[in-house]
Amino acid sequence: MKERLQALQQEALNKVEEATTLDELQTIRVSYLGKKGPITEVLRGMGKLSPEERPVIGELANKVREVIANQLDHKKADLEAQALEKKLETEKIDVTLPGRPVSVGGAHLLTSIVEEIEDLFIGMGFEVREGPEVETDYYNFEALNLPKDHPARDMQDSFYITEELLMRTHTSPVQARTMNEYKGNKPVKMICPGKVYRRDTDDATHSHQFTQVEGLYVDKDVRMSDLKGVLNQFAKQFFGEEREIRLRPSFFPFTEPSVEMDISCKVCHGKGCSVCKQTGWIEILGGGMVHPRVLEMAGYDPSVYSGFAFGMGPERIAMLKYGVDDIRHFYTNDVRFLKQYHKA
Amino acid sequence: MLVSLNWLKNYVDLQGLTPETLADKITKTGIEVESIDYIAEKSTNVVVGYVESCEKHPNADKLNLCQVNVGEETLQIICGAPNVAAGQKVAVAKPGAVLPGNFKIKKAKLRGVESNGMICSLQELGIEEKYVPKDVAEGIFVFPNDVEAGDDALQLLNLDDAILELGLTPNRSDALSMLGVAYEVAAILDVDVKLPDTSVSMIEAKATDEVGLQVEDPQLNPYYAAFVVNDIKVGPSPLWMRNYLIAAGIRPINNVVDITNYVLLEYGQPLHAFDFNTFGSDQIVVRRAKQNETMTTLDDQTRELTTDHLVITNGQEPTALAGVMGGANAEVSDTTTTVLLEAAYFDPKAVRIASKDHGLRSESSARFEKGIDPNRVYAAGLRGCQLLATYANGTVLSEPAIFDQLDKSEKQVIITTNRINNRLGTDMSDEDIALTLKKLGFSFEQDGETFDVTIPTRRQDISQFEDMLEEVARIYGYDHLPYTLPQGAAQAGGLTKAQELKRFVKSYFEGAGLMEAITYSLTTTNRAHLLVSPEIKEQAVTPIRLAMPMSEEHSTLRLSILPEMLDSLAYNVARKQSNLGYYEVGTIFISEEEKVTKQPKEQLRAAAAITGEWLTHPWQQEKKVVDFFLLKGILEGLFERLHVHTTFEPAKIDGMHPGRTAIVKVDNKVIGFVGQVHPKLQKDFDLKDTFVFDIDLAYLIEQHENEPNFNKIPRYPTVTRDIALVVDETVSAGDIQQTIETNAGPLLKEIQVFDLYQGEHLETGKKSLAFHLLYLDPERTLTDEEVEASYQALLTAVKDAHKAELRS
Repeated sequence: MKERLQALQQEALNKVEEATTLDELQTIRVSYLGKKGPITEVLRGMGKLSPEERPVIGELANKVREVIANQLDHKKADLEAQALEKKLETEKIDVTLPGRPVSVGGAHLLTSIVEEIEDLFIGMGFEVREGPEVETDYYNFEALNLPKDHPARDMQDSFYITEELLMRTHTSPVQARTMNEYKGNKPVKMICPGKVYRRDTDDATHSHQFTQVEGLYVDKDVRMSDLKGVLNQFAKQFFGEEREIRLRPSFFPFTEPSVEMDISCKVCHGKGCSVCKQTGWIEILGGGMVHPRVLEMAGYDPSVYSGFAFGMGPERIAMLKYGVDDIRHFYTNDVRFLKQYHKA
Repeated sequence: MLVSLNWLKNYVDLQGLTPETLADKITKTGIEVESIDYIAEKSTNVVVGYVESCEKHPNADKLNLCQVNVGEETLQIICGAPNVAAGQKVAVAKPGAVLPGNFKIKKAKLRGVESNGMICSLQELGIEEKYVPKDVAEGIFVFPNDVEAGDDALQLLNLDDAILELGLTPNRSDALSMLGVAYEVAAILDVDVKLPDTSVSMIEAKATDEVGLQVEDPQLNPYYAAFVVNDIKVGPSPLWMRNYLIAAGIRPINNVVDITNYVLLEYGQPLHAFDFNTFGSDQIVVRRAKQNETMTTLDDQTRELTTDHLVITNGQEPTALAGVMGGANAEVSDTTTTVLLEAAYFDPKAVRIASKDHGLRSESSARFEKGIDPNRVYAAGLRGCQLLATYANGTVLSEPAIFDQLDKSEKQVIITTNRINNRLGTDMSDEDIALTLKKLGFSFEQDGETFDVTIPTRRQDISQFEDMLEEVARIYGYDHLPYTLPQGAAQAGGLTKAQELKRFVKSYFEGAGLMEAITYSLTTTNRAHLLVSPEIKEQAVTPIRLAMPMSEEHSTLRLSILPEMLDSLAYNVARKQSNLGYYEVGTIFISEEEKVTKQPKEQLRAAAAITGEWLTHPWQQEKKVVDFFLLKGILEGLFERLHVHTTFEPAKIDGMHPGRTAIVKVDNKVIGFVGQVHPKLQKDFDLKDTFVFDIDLAYLIEQHENEPNFNKIPRYPTVTRDIALVVDETVSAGDIQQTIETNAGPLLKEIQVFDLYQGEHLETGKKSLAFHLLYLDPERTLTDEEVEASYQALLTAVKDAHKAELRS
């Protein structure tokens, strides 16, 4: 019987070895290990054996079963792996074909710039204020120290709706409104981004509608050196650590002293080139110490409070930062333009 | 203001600084130098030549053969200028010379005859055509006789000059004169100003005996001085004066006119010379013009006047529009022998009005408008007389006629070192302040740290502490201010909730595949009426129109973002960009008044427009054209994120497809619409099927509950049932859903349409709609009976309400 079992084992293992499909394996499993299989048959004939032989043969028979079963499992795993490999081979795709497009939009370049400026000043403790685009003459001019007969208030330069209402020409009225709201007794630290309008004919450098971001800080003992420090910090963060700033005296009716700020040219680093018209510097923004009349009109006592204000044009900044050559690009919404500036 | 450095050197020592260094210092101290112009930067080798002879060229009618003595030698030069003649002294570019434009002069043969150089016109030497005096505009320039052959012509013509162009801010009108610039430069370089000598010898005869003066409106004309100068010989002004005028951008005319212009540039004080013989009387009357009075100005234009305009008259008729332009009747001409010279102060505002009304901006009006130095009026008049005596053979009468009610007093401003330092953040000493004031040429009395500063009247822009703060700061140098950060209590900056939500909405749209557009707020009146959301139409009586639009294109404030957005789509489609999706967040302007009297309501809207294909994948032949449900889906996603419950109802809106448009409602309030643009309007914009929405973003932001309540995550299983109903095709899914919601009881948590069918398996005019129904009880497991009861209830309800049948 022992020989018979060993022969069966060898026979079964040979068949397993030769099997090429899972079905064949199953047939082998059933025919050798099944209830009607030869091993079961051998076990069934154990009654004829002596009591000494019985456990030996029983053990051997179980061992043979186990060896065959193991080999079957091994072979099955092999065949399955082969089958999978074959299947995967047929599933091959051309990975160089283009992918399925995802629809991704993006922010307008002006929005990206305005939000970047907002975030930088928020980091310095400023709040963001907004105001109406149709302004009263009072807030747009009068409250900013531009009295009625001031030349800058020519009807020719602004889009008036009535004698008292116009499309705001700057976002400064938001500053006056905020100061009024704060009633002259608490600090104001704000920036005001928004659309503004001037009576200009649209061309490469002029647009009847454009964007401004202005800032205002009013508190006790605000110094001009604070303006310089804050603008310097802004310029370095926005344009890059290596850029230098320079303040020049200027004039605005709502500030005294007034400044214009240049940053060093990024192309020539101040040496002078065609980008900066040989000056080494590029004008970025205007500002100054809030005019005492402006403080007074908004209810702030200029002998107690002082402040600084500044304003810049995101279009101009975008033109400088990205080399945009025509301000009209910002308003045609040409997708070939917009897509270039969709940020990560 | 154009500043010739050669001219400026007469008043202030420039210490040998290069024009670039000087320009940089001026810019940094307060007046921007916009450019430096070298008239003849690259020119060389141009000398004075004496034309010894001039004959016709043997082989050419229009050319002349000249022998020109240039000092050491005599050159044979062929010249084509019509005005060349023997005996002239001319500018000769010798062989080897270089002229502007890198034009090199070489020996040449012209029609067989040798030519050794070129006789030059002023234009050829680099002077702009418009500044060239008329008598030499058509040919070569001829020097006055007092120059020598061989002299450097470039120097004689002041072409070795550098000219700074100053960009003056409106407050710095003091620098609208060479003397003003001299004071500025003197302050920067810490040197003195040399004033011109104005001494003039006058004869005994008195001007007051020759001319009477009456000023009727002292407010508009607080000062008037009339000088009389006899024996005038009109002719060319001296070469140096012509050079300076050209450098300053003024074309030389004749000595009398040139002298008034020269003094205007030197002192910043406009003068006017009348021909006394044609003045029309011996009486000057300054008065307001009469309504509808007319006069003819020097430019031969007839001007209609009003009582706003101040005129100089001869007692009868106007002879000048005060401060703006003289009259043709008393114009100085070649035959003028007696000049009535006016030096006056006119009210800035009156001059501005006159200048504007007549569209006449002259060098004079530009200065009067900004306010001239009251203490320089008479001195400038004297300077004019002196120059007329020297360069126009004039005899000056003594005792000019003068009217004087002008306030010439100087203002006082008190500053303290401490207050200056506090405002600037600096650490200046009393000595530093004193030194700065000295540089500025301001006199002061010092008491410790307190300075009582007397402001010279040339600086009309300074009247208070802050003005002096700026003066001190700019002379001290903005470069020297320290960098500090505000020392006030720190405060947290940040966005408001509404601002944050606005940013969220924008990024949501971008995530949904839309590109942000920014369009104009000002549109055409036509477009302002298009695609206006119904709730806006109800409030806005009419779109707001500008009082004086520049063009119809931007004449009216928008009531909807969409029309200009469609224009942007069209712009791109025309450029072969046909698959587009935009959104914009911006304000519209709503006025509830027929005639606008108060600020309109500005409402924040969100709008979108899509056209063309959406998410195409060409090699897999996937192509989806945009449709209604794409935009509706984007909106629904937004409403879900904002936790706002909305409903969509079919609606008819001007400019929109009547069967493919829905209004959006929150409770019963309309907040906008979504749909397809009407095919007719699409055609107007040359667009294919285009879908849009426009919603009230301000309201949505207001409605948004920012802190959602926590809803427990359900611990019990949900039960789903599907129901397919056959209804008339006119019954809307929304209505059925509404019926189901109201009748299914509280356990039904969600309804979802999952199938819509119309076709061969159904009767014509019918459709089948299938819904997933999702049941949940958060507290326990549902029983079949409960679900079945709800199902039966809603089935009965839809059968009753919509004649629905269960689809078999």
